[in-house]
Amino acid sequence: MGKKTTTVIVAGVGGQGILLASNLLSEAAMEAGYDVKKSEIHGMSQRGGDVISTVRFGEKVYSPIVGLGEADVILAFEKLEAMRNLPYLKKEGMVIVNDYRIDPLPVASGYMEYPEGIIEFLKERVKTIALDARELAEKAGNIRTMNVVLLGVLSKNLDIPEEIWLQVIERRVPPKAIDANKVAFRLGREVAEKAFAGV
Amino acid sequence: MKKAILSGNEAIARGFWEGGGHFANAYPGTPSTEIVENLMKYPEIRAQWAVNEKTSLEIALGASFAGARSLVAMKHVGLNVAADPFFSASYIGSTGGLVIVTADDPGMHSSQNEQDNRWYALHAKVPLFEPTDSHEAKELTRQALSLSEEFDTPWLIRSTTRISHSLSIVELGEREEVEIKGYVPDFEKRNLLPVNARKRHEVVEERTIKLREFSEKFWGNRIEEGEDSIGVVANGISYQHAREAIPDATFLKLLMTWPLPDNLIREFASKVKKIFVVEEGDPYLETYLKAMNLGVEIIGKEKIPMTGELNPTIVREALLGQRPSYFEIPRIPHRPPALCPGCPHTPVFYILKRLKANVTGDIGCYTLGALPPLSSMDTCVEMGGSIGNAYGIEIAEAMKGLDPRKKKLVAVIGDSTFYHSGVTPLIDLFHNNGITTVIILDNSITAMTGHQENPGTDVGYRGIPKRRVDIEKLVRGIGVEHVYTVDSFDMKKLKEVINREIHRQEPSVIIAKRPCVLLPQMKKRKYTYAIADPEKCTSCTLCWKLGCPAISVTKDKKTWINPDLCVGCGVCIDVCPVDAIYLADPEADNARKAGEEVLGWVKKQQQ
Repeated sequence: MGKKTTTVIVAGVGGQGILLASNLLSEAAMEAGYDVKKSEIHGMSQRGGDVISTVRFGEKVYSPIVGLGEADVILAFEKLEAMRNLPYLKKEGMVIVNDYRIDPLPVASGYMEYPEGIIEFLKERVKTIALDARELAEKAGNIRTMNVVLLGVLSKNLDIPEEIWLQVIERRVPPKAIDANKVAFRLGREVAEKAFAGV
Repeated sequence: MKKAILSGNEAIARGFWEGGGHFANAYPGTPSTEIVENLMKYPEIRAQWAVNEKTSLEIALGASFAGARSLVAMKHVGLNVAADPFFSASYIGSTGGLVIVTADDPGMHSSQNEQDNRWYALHAKVPLFEPTDSHEAKELTRQALSLSEEFDTPWLIRSTTRISHSLSIVELGEREEVEIKGYVPDFEKRNLLPVNARKRHEVVEERTIKLREFSEKFWGNRIEEGEDSIGVVANGISYQHAREAIPDATFLKLLMTWPLPDNLIREFASKVKKIFVVEEGDPYLETYLKAMNLGVEIIGKEKIPMTGELNPTIVREALLGQRPSYFEIPRIPHRPPALCPGCPHTPVFYILKRLKANVTGDIGCYTLGALPPLSSMDTCVEMGGSIGNAYGIEIAEAMKGLDPRKKKLVAVIGDSTFYHSGVTPLIDLFHNNGITTVIILDNSITAMTGHQENPGTDVGYRGIPKRRVDIEKLVRGIGVEHVYTVDSFDMKKLKEVINREIHRQEPSVIIAKRPCVLLPQMKKRKYTYAIADPEKCTSCTLCWKLGCPAISVTKDKKTWINPDLCVGCGVCIDVCPVDAIYLADPEADNARKAGEEVLGWVKKQQQ
């Protein structure tokens, strides 16, 4: 990716560990020698609303955010949020989506329907890796490693060495959760490897 | 050089520490909160939460009188609350360096307006810095402290959401140790009797001339040479957007935006054929530049949006006509924030909705009670507004010859907001013979901004014990006779009391009390959850109307409760008319029990 700035939008629902994931990504990018900027929104969005965090890295990064059609990757922790943020993706960009559903209030209280066929909608338009990160996190031994599973998938698509990722995980994750997080990260990478083998 | 990746707010805190800062206080407000929160981590600094922004500035100004380097931080609308001492502080100047940070919120991510606080600098004649990233946020804060002493003026630093909450790489420095000078009276400088204030105004005007000269030479105001066809003037985060959108232009980068450097602006204008002014919010720079009669075409708000945030794509489209190419999506359900599962505010709004009350609201998590399905708040104006608004409606209804009680008027206000600015309107209502009912939602914390202590809390940061201000005693002290403290989860009692009080021809205050379910003592426990029996559920929709994020509707229109989200508070169990909902393990811990234990809450407090 060289001199060009890479933009990842991490999207999901308040409480899913989005800000921790985007912190790990920012730190890994900094350790890899890139200039990094990250933007997120606090406040109202923490109360179960949609949350997005933008991470940008490259030789020199100016703006911490992007507009429509500018992101390289959308890393979505929930599938409706993948769809919501699709307009920010470049036409040749990529979506990594957790095949997981959290009903927003208008759906939960019966006012609106949760859209069917989101994964297919994404796949018809853009390179998409869909996975059940929750299942893989369980396999890793800790349901809360869901965000690291997703980072594992993402890591295969970025120019940041694996050792740096593992160092950052070791530093930022509580000591007793390190092993589970490393397994989760590897499981995520395997998903990405299989996805590319299949292309 | 040591580097770290910091948010703008962390960087401002770091800059204050490096600059030898001594004292900081603030009332929390998004996006400014983390500044003082981070300052609490530095042992050399005394940092604390204030009851409101006006008070925080008065205290910081007092500390400056005694020669302490001081900081006060607030969200943009907080400066409205603090405007009175802010204008006076400009006349008085500073003894210990005094920095005031205003964090504006273009795009209104968490605010009721998107006012542009650069005008405050111009209006009060207080110098203004605007960083464009975290490193500059740190450096400008550090330097503002000594500059404030050098020029004998408070110094305003304006951040915005995308500066405060964006992270970028910062080069860290060491702390400069500065001694607190100690208090020495200076009557002519600090007592703004007209006889002194007239002289001080002269001082302010002389100071402005010196600041203007400083602005010309200041390192943060500079021309970045590029092609001569386009010149761009930009401030704050807009600089970064514009730098990315139009990389080859000649830039006039302005980190000090009041007073502005006239000579530098003229020099820049002479180098370019056309000027784009890129700024979020009001045409602050544009108005100034256009009035200078620079002899070059200046394009600003003709093309750049006046509302919302900017980004590089918007700038590119507005100024260069490059339309973005992107995927369109169909209309999908939005995901509004909601009151948490187990939130003590939920039953109160549920009851107000059932009673068809007319509710004036206020600022806090509980403002979410305005959204469907609770939909039980008519107004939300500003901090502390609810009580005065309700009382005003009462007056107008009465003047029209109607019985205001028929309107079922209720003002709803949170505990922290009540301390902030709800006490004075309650005094007004009581004294002027008002009868409107006030409900104080007391969850024992300032929740919305992330759990800062308030006067109702008896422990402060780092476990420092604090004196607690008892809301009930405070209200009774005003003279209100009908004061009732009710458990927010006791819905039967709560409904009975609210229904009685909204019809009373005397003023009354109901304190609905329960700790926030996100308090650390509450959050770390493991709770059981509720289960809805689909055989018994009659799809009556009552529990759906709680708006609890744990409750959803199945395809065959039955209630389903998400065990991952539910905390077993049991409010839906109380609401269900056919006993279809029950706790998975009635013996296990649940949020209702936890709340009672955490606060030592006892039923005998009820009347």
